[in-house]
Amino acid sequence: MLTLLFDGIAYGMLLFVLAVGLAVTLGLMNFINLAHGAFAMAGGYITVLLMNRLGVPFLATLPLAFLGTALIGALLEPLLYRRLYGKPHLDQVLFSIGLVFMAVTGVDFIIGSTQQNITLPAWLQGRFDISWIGIGKYRLFIIVVCAALAIGLQWMLSNTRFGSQLRASVDDPRVAGGLGLNVNRIFLLTFAVGSGLAGLGGALGAEILGLDPSFPLKFMIYFLIVVSVGGTTTLTGPLLAALLLGIADVAGKYYVPKLGAFIVYTLMIVILLLRPQGLFARAGGGK
Amino acid sequence: MSAVAQALRAHARWRWWELATFAALVLSWLLLPGQSLLLNEIAILALFAVSLDLILGYSGIVSLGHAAFFGIGSYAAALFAKLVMPDPWVGMVVAIAVAALLGALCSVLILRGSDLTRLMVTLGVASILYELANKLDWLTGGADGLPGVVMGPLRTPFGAFEFDLGGRTAYAYTLFVLILCVLLARRLVHSPFGTSLQALRDNRLRAASIGLSVNARLVVVYTVAAAIAGAAGGLLAQTTGFASLDVFEFHRSAEVMLVLVIGGTGYLYGGIFGAIVFKLLHDLVSAWTPQYWNFWLGLFLVILVLVGREKLTRPWTWFGAKR
Amino acid sequence: MSEVVLETRGLLKRFGGITPTNDVSIQVEKGARRALIGPNGAGKTTLINLLTGVLEPTAGSIWLDGQDITQLAPHKRVRRGVVRTFQINQLFGELTPLQSLGLAVASHLGISGGWWKPLGSDARVAPACETLLAQFHLSDVMNQPVKHLAYGKRRLLEIATALACEPRVLLLDEPVAGVPEGERQEIFDIVNALPADVSVLLIEHDMDLVFNFASSVTVLVNGAVFAEGDVQAISNDPRVKAVYLGESTEERAHG
Repeated sequence: MLTLLFDGIAYGMLLFVLAVGLAVTLGLMNFINLAHGAFAMAGGYITVLLMNRLGVPFLATLPLAFLGTALIGALLEPLLYRRLYGKPHLDQVLFSIGLVFMAVTGVDFIIGSTQQNITLPAWLQGRFDISWIGIGKYRLFIIVVCAALAIGLQWMLSNTRFGSQLRASVDDPRVAGGLGLNVNRIFLLTFAVGSGLAGLGGALGAEILGLDPSFPLKFMIYFLIVVSVGGTTTLTGPLLAALLLGIADVAGKYYVPKLGAFIVYTLMIVILLLRPQGLFARAGGGK
Repeated sequence: MSAVAQALRAHARWRWWELATFAALVLSWLLLPGQSLLLNEIAILALFAVSLDLILGYSGIVSLGHAAFFGIGSYAAALFAKLVMPDPWVGMVVAIAVAALLGALCSVLILRGSDLTRLMVTLGVASILYELANKLDWLTGGADGLPGVVMGPLRTPFGAFEFDLGGRTAYAYTLFVLILCVLLARRLVHSPFGTSLQALRDNRLRAASIGLSVNARLVVVYTVAAAIAGAAGGLLAQTTGFASLDVFEFHRSAEVMLVLVIGGTGYLYGGIFGAIVFKLLHDLVSAWTPQYWNFWLGLFLVILVLVGREKLTRPWTWFGAKR
Repeated sequence: MSEVVLETRGLLKRFGGITPTNDVSIQVEKGARRALIGPNGAGKTTLINLLTGVLEPTAGSIWLDGQDITQLAPHKRVRRGVVRTFQINQLFGELTPLQSLGLAVASHLGISGGWWKPLGSDARVAPACETLLAQFHLSDVMNQPVKHLAYGKRRLLEIATALACEPRVLLLDEPVAGVPEGERQEIFDIVNALPADVSVLLIEHDMDLVFNFASSVTVLVNGAVFAEGDVQAISNDPRVKAVYLGESTEERAHG
């Protein structure tokens, strides 16, 4: 049972890293980006291709997955996304669905639709058995890396100038702009980093979640759950929501496999029914 | 009659193109018997899209899970025909009733919260139904679907007509339901109730501030839209003899939204025009690149939004002219 | 002594660390022409939001005609005759002025739920709209979508929409905000022409208009009632002048 908890935490941490970019994009630009999963997929494929085709060691592919995806994000933000910030949510939904369709079929066309496999380095395979808990080495690795990222992000938000500029812009972009903050640059950097993190998450998750062109569609709802339940005003909100989701999903699939994802969806609806702004949002927030 | 009274009346007057559309629909049945199967598909999609217009175009609710009602109507009609009786009219009433019930229940979920919350909740409901239909395979056939939905004859004042393989009876039946629903929806949108829907779409706060009960209206329109979507789903099951899981898929919800956007939201006929254009485009592009239809669809969506949705239904604005 | 139509008792609103409405007890009598004034941030709009039910009070109660309406939903208060206008126009962008007013009239008549016959089929709607359109000089733009209208017309529509609901208590939140000087009096003339038994509570910064229109004044400072009385008394009150009114107004009051 504790093994389940451990696995759930690993899954949750991974979901957090995957979804945090989406939370910030929504909170900062008020943009519903359903294509976020495509960035995750991109990162996953970068890792897979580098490892399988070019023999790059796993650990080395991770920063490259982050950078590669961040670059894609940095290109798409001023080119496409920036034109749509003020538009109604319907337009944003249509646009991002369009991007997902393009990404999914594009990858299918270029690489094919079979699931991609990578071979983890030997030191990450297998598990430690400590009394009754089986601790998978890879899952432990994921928890450590994601926790470090979470802590790093929190530190950056509260201790760096960029962090306070970002927080100011999330609170009120017009005022922030009026104060002389270069809101465009902040948006660009934030979007790039958020996408990069998604890519990194996709790379880390390739082994656990499976990687094929349908990845963005399969997991889109999970990222959205993290963001809508966790809220977009804090970092801890999505983190807790992701952990909750990870544990609920793993436990649900183990104990009641017949119901599958049913439990997760029902839980989400109940939570949103009771607290439409999300479980952890500040009172008065939410758009 | 004063100018003001006339102006008020003018909103609800029949336009020539509305009559032309209905005439064209009926003519298509008369003059294109060989295309009945394709036309039937278009008409079902049109009805589905019109139902979405009521909540999206007129009430401003962005739903990514409208397929939930389409799907439940489909399965309700299929199961009713297989397990109870194969009469299409009774089955249609059942499909509508079940979908309306589900709509009424789900309407509570969309009353509060932001656009994102509503998106999630509608998506969640459709996903739950998909999972349920998948897991309850002893009832629904699971991933294999529910084939062999054999319908009895369609009883009309002109006689009883069997559903023929060519789809002529099916298309006539579908057209009847489509036209009936559009006529009813038309009265709804021109009424004070319909105007109040648009008001709450434009400014919920002000709508309440002139004494309109926003929540009650949302519940009603959501239920009505669900009922009509259920009718479309029921038509699908009854006229194709088959019900399958894809009726609940996200793809269906996304597709119907796109169909409506192509045709234009907020004037009721966008669903019909959008369905025609969409299906024709689909057949055209699929013949050319069958696997990658989604890519072109995605590209179209991206360009559509970047250029501006309104431009699509106002070709005169394409080159900078102002209406 | 006129009967009290609208009353608050110890109305309190607190959120986060601030208390925008602090133990406010006011009484608005039938036919009142009351101005609600105070420095920026005094809580005037918050009070209106509480009275209309847009905000829920932390404590205290609101009474209409001797009945407790504190728990009553906003749209129901409108049906009882408590109607407001907004400082920033809140209009229905895609509808026309005619449709907006027609809807408000229909709502007041209780026929806004009708779903079979078109809006306007009830014979009472058109004449009411016609009167309002003429009164507010909107007849020439009555069929244009509101989003295309100039600011001045939109402001007029903002107020016309409230009047279409035939209020018994009218809460005006800075009705002439953004309206050019020359056109302000016109709006006040219309409000002045309201039936004598309609109570009007007006938030306003323009002191000329306050003196021309109001007979009584409530002064809010930091969310609490600072002073209350008839307009002459308030304009002469040194405490009020100290906190809000300026020297120039003193000249006007005497001259």
